Amino acid sequence: MTIQELIQAVEEATTPDSLVQAVRSLAATRDPKSIPTLIDVLGYNNPGAAIAAVEGLTNIGTAAVQPILEKIDGYNYGARAYSIRALAAIADPAAFEVLLQAAATDFSPSVRRAAAKGMGRLHWEKMPPTGVSAAQSQAVGTLLELTQAEDWSIRYAAVVGLEGLARALGEELTSEQEAIRHRLQALYQQDAEVAVRARAHQALQVAPACLGT
Amino acid sequence: MSVSHPESGNGLTVESAIANLSHPDTSLRYYAAWWLGKFRIGSADAVAALIEALQDEDDRTELGGYPLRRNAARALGKIGDPQAVPALLECLNCEDYYVRESAAQALGEIGDRSAIPPLQTLLAGGVEAAQQVPGRPHLTQPYEAVLEALGKLQANDAIAAIEPFINHFLPRIQYAAARAMYQLTHEPSYAQYLVDALTGNDVQLRRSALLDLGATGYLPATEAIAQAKVENSFKLISLKNLLAAEIQASDDFSSPRANQIMDWMDALL
Repeated sequence: MTIQELIQAVEEATTPDSLVQAVRSLAATRDPKSIPTLIDVLGYNNPGAAIAAVEGLTNIGTAAVQPILEKIDGYNYGARAYSIRALAAIADPAAFEVLLQAAATDFSPSVRRAAAKGMGRLHWEKMPPTGVSAAQSQAVGTLLELTQAEDWSIRYAAVVGLEGLARALGEELTSEQEAIRHRLQALYQQDAEVAVRARAHQALQVAPACLGT
Repeated sequence: MSVSHPESGNGLTVESAIANLSHPDTSLRYYAAWWLGKFRIGSADAVAALIEALQDEDDRTELGGYPLRRNAARALGKIGDPQAVPALLECLNCEDYYVRESAAQALGEIGDRSAIPPLQTLLAGGVEAAQQVPGRPHLTQPYEAVLEALGKLQANDAIAAIEPFINHFLPRIQYAAARAMYQLTHEPSYAQYLVDALTGNDVQLRRSALLDLGATGYLPATEAIAQAKVENSFKLISLKNLLAAEIQASDDFSSPRANQIMDWMDALL
């Protein structure tokens, strides 16, 4: 089938299962022409199809970032979470501002979790070097705040993001890394949820060189 | 002591929340009980005031329910003070189904095993008695809450009473029974029953089975939970509970199994 036919199959799918199949076939092409359709699928409220679309967009990579950023759905938090997941997986720093804002202010925990994780794994080397250090400081500040969130799953995601940032900051110990280490140790020792304590412990274990522990 | 929190709302402090439990405006009483539970205010006077609220007669629904009693029972469960046990046991006889349900849940959370025989009396008559109440959206007793509490409380003497509920006509009750039976016997077939339920057609039942599996701490279910067709938020809660069970069992924050569960959780963020 041509790309046009594959796109048409997605648009004309009549059952949830046939939609998932059609999205999978379209995503498998990795053709940039599929981007607008894959983005539309994020808002169809069909989790199977949305997951396949996120995968397709992730495989296309950087070319999908601007189109996703332009079409982020401010009114549908389900669709927004999938957009943020795709941006986080592509990890292009062009999404930095959007991830930062989503992590800090979105009301939906699923959006905040995806953004927090995403900020820890951006390809910082693709960012203009003059901006990297300020951006990383901002990311650390936002994630440190998120470790105080009431929702344990947001705290957990913040730990995952901080672990990624600790690595990204390298092995020369910075004040950000010290702040991360202190926060992780506090979470490990006294968070109310065992899962958050365990994840903080894991982060301290795998990133010792970056944290001076 | 004042608790400052963005969601504390209405500018409540511990003192004003306790005072509000006997406020003339019953909606303020209701809110104060919720607030004390939400922030787990376990001071002696908070617990005493909540226990007193379990006897409230002023706040009634059109059908004769006791909203404040329900909220006070839930709050006492969150706070977890065993001093509340005798008053909560009395609530198991309340005419309001939802008070009985909240009390059963709270007794499970508090973890005082003296609650086992009174909880078990609610299973009297077995599956045959566990019928829908005509015109109401619930059964004769809060079976789901009672079964879950008995599992949590390690009520081994109740196994024979619990087991038949695996054949109850409502899947939610079946799952609660399977969950309790696994907790009491560690027989994998009961947990497997819940794993199988993850592939059912009804998303609400898949969610319910997922959360029950998390409560069992049945580690072989990790992958089935992570891949179930359920929203990530539910999977995360379920895996969080599995992780807590693994850490408690191994006394190790970074056992290979714990790390594996966290890898799955990371992937679901």
